[in-house]
Amino acid sequence: MNFSKSFRNTFLVILLSLIVSACATKKTTTQVEGQMQGDVYTGTDTVKYLADGVPDRVFFATNESILTTKSRDTLRKQANWLRENSSINVVVEGHADERGTREYNLALGERRANAAKDYLITYGISADRISVISYGKERPVDSGSNPLSWSKNRRSVTVKAN
Amino acid sequence: MIKILNFTFLVFLFLITKANSLIEIDITRGNLDPLPIAVSPLFQDDKSKKNLISELKIENIGSEISSVVENNLKISGLFNPLSKEAFLQKPDIAHLKPRFEDWALIKAQALITGKVTVENKKLKVEFRLWDILAGREMMALAFTTVPSNWRRVGHIISDKVYERLTGEKGYFDTRIIYVSEEGPKTARVKKLAIMDQDGFNTKYLTLGNELVLTPRFNPTSQMVTYLSYFKNLPRVYLLDIETGTQEVVGDFPGMTFAPRFSPDGKKIIMSFAKDGNSDIYTMDLENRIVERITNHPSIDTSPSYSPDNKFITFNSDRSGFQQIYVMKSDGSNVKRISFGKGLYGTPVWSPRGDLIAFTKLHKGKFYIGVMRTDGSGERLLTENYYQEAPSWSPNGRVLIFYRETKSNDKGEGFSAKLWSIDLTGYNEREVQTETDASDPSWSSLLSN
Repeated sequence: MNFSKSFRNTFLVILLSLIVSACATKKTTTQVEGQMQGDVYTGTDTVKYLADGVPDRVFFATNESILTTKSRDTLRKQANWLRENSSINVVVEGHADERGTREYNLALGERRANAAKDYLITYGISADRISVISYGKERPVDSGSNPLSWSKNRRSVTVKAN
Repeated sequence: MIKILNFTFLVFLFLITKANSLIEIDITRGNLDPLPIAVSPLFQDDKSKKNLISELKIENIGSEISSVVENNLKISGLFNPLSKEAFLQKPDIAHLKPRFEDWALIKAQALITGKVTVENKKLKVEFRLWDILAGREMMALAFTTVPSNWRRVGHIISDKVYERLTGEKGYFDTRIIYVSEEGPKTARVKKLAIMDQDGFNTKYLTLGNELVLTPRFNPTSQMVTYLSYFKNLPRVYLLDIETGTQEVVGDFPGMTFAPRFSPDGKKIIMSFAKDGNSDIYTMDLENRIVERITNHPSIDTSPSYSPDNKFITFNSDRSGFQQIYVMKSDGSNVKRISFGKGLYGTPVWSPRGDLIAFTKLHKGKFYIGVMRTDGSGERLLTENYYQEAPSWSPNGRVLIFYRETKSNDKGEGFSAKLWSIDLTGYNEREVQTETDASDPSWSSLLSN
């Protein structure tokens, strides 16, 4: 009895440590290789800046238009910059990756651009300073066909209009 | 821009032997045993030959026309045109009265013969279709047209032969409008292009200065609707391919996209995106009245009418994911019809009315498939890394779509090409285009 109980405990400990190490490995590989969290791009490769410390773009998960914590942070910086530069108007471009049908992606890009626009409006930027355009999957920044390239292409980019 | 020559189409002889002929082709199943057919070069006398060389700079138009016919029949997958080297009888003699034993000897079951003459700068083409096994004529036809129309004569002959032997209308005297693509993926240049169904007579309709997408033919005229990013305003446009006139469809305060004509050609159905929401609208082309068809906070796009104008199939993510729906054409009675695993897009109603073709994405693969209009009987025709946007041949027997290849990490190895496949799932083949190509749309038959 005693023997079997201690055997079972040891077994559980081994099993648990296996699970934990599996998780740990998975996490590091995603961060090192992918610069992605889930399938949202978190790197800075393609990012340009509207001004010092004001990134021009935010990234989305596959088929999603939800703003991540990091995206909201970026958009608040854009809103601050727009408030300080009240003569500047912007176009928010919405984009999708290449793994979807063309027409749906046009709609998805429009939805993403509007998610970013709406957030800027919540932070006090007047709607008439922001226009949107969707390019669907027509204007990728990265031409690779792999999950990292696709994550860089699922984006909305704020561009100066004047 | 493109001139469709007025095709004076003089049928002076039209004999169809209604008696039970021995040859017929069943096109409802995959045809693994194509019908052996001999296409004899169309005969041409020396006088006509001389006239035509000065007119068209073509040495032997009779054999050129027969090559057009032969190629059409071959790519249909239903016919096996036999090698001309094996032919025993001369074209002129065969056209008068074939020696059926000679043609049976090379295993031909059907024979096409013909004759080309030129009178008063008009091209006159006669042809006959013969049933070798029964030993009799099945059909005889003649047309007169301007010489530059000679390829179309070949397509019309192909359609007549196809119709006589399968019992259904052909699809050879048709054109494909598509988007020609060039340059790297990150800076792709796209132009509208049009070509004959067999890849000849390619013409470019835009210069590539602005992005253009998803051209679609009006089933009743030489009009095309498409999406253009002219002046960075993505809007649905109308283009008359005979005159080259372009106009924007309606003054919408936002992106309009995914346009398609109604089967009667009188309306355009499309998506209008505003504030992150895409819904389906129609515009009457006569009085420009706009009607809203769907009103839902999800993405509603890729609408396509049933051939009787009574229903609309479309793509929506109102369930959380892209699926296919059918509704009455006033927008009522919305029903989801796709329930298989994966995402479904680009539904397009067959001109025969009984099926809807679609693109399906499942586990990283793209499929072109068909289902009945209630969603039952789903059948996947082809699987690939990426393909989408099927368009039906006017007889509803063939689908044309585009396929993209995977790039490596540097973005190399990418291509976009047109492909076609029979509704049976057989006869998958690449459609040759001068450049990379996408978004194909098949015209109706140009002549009937």
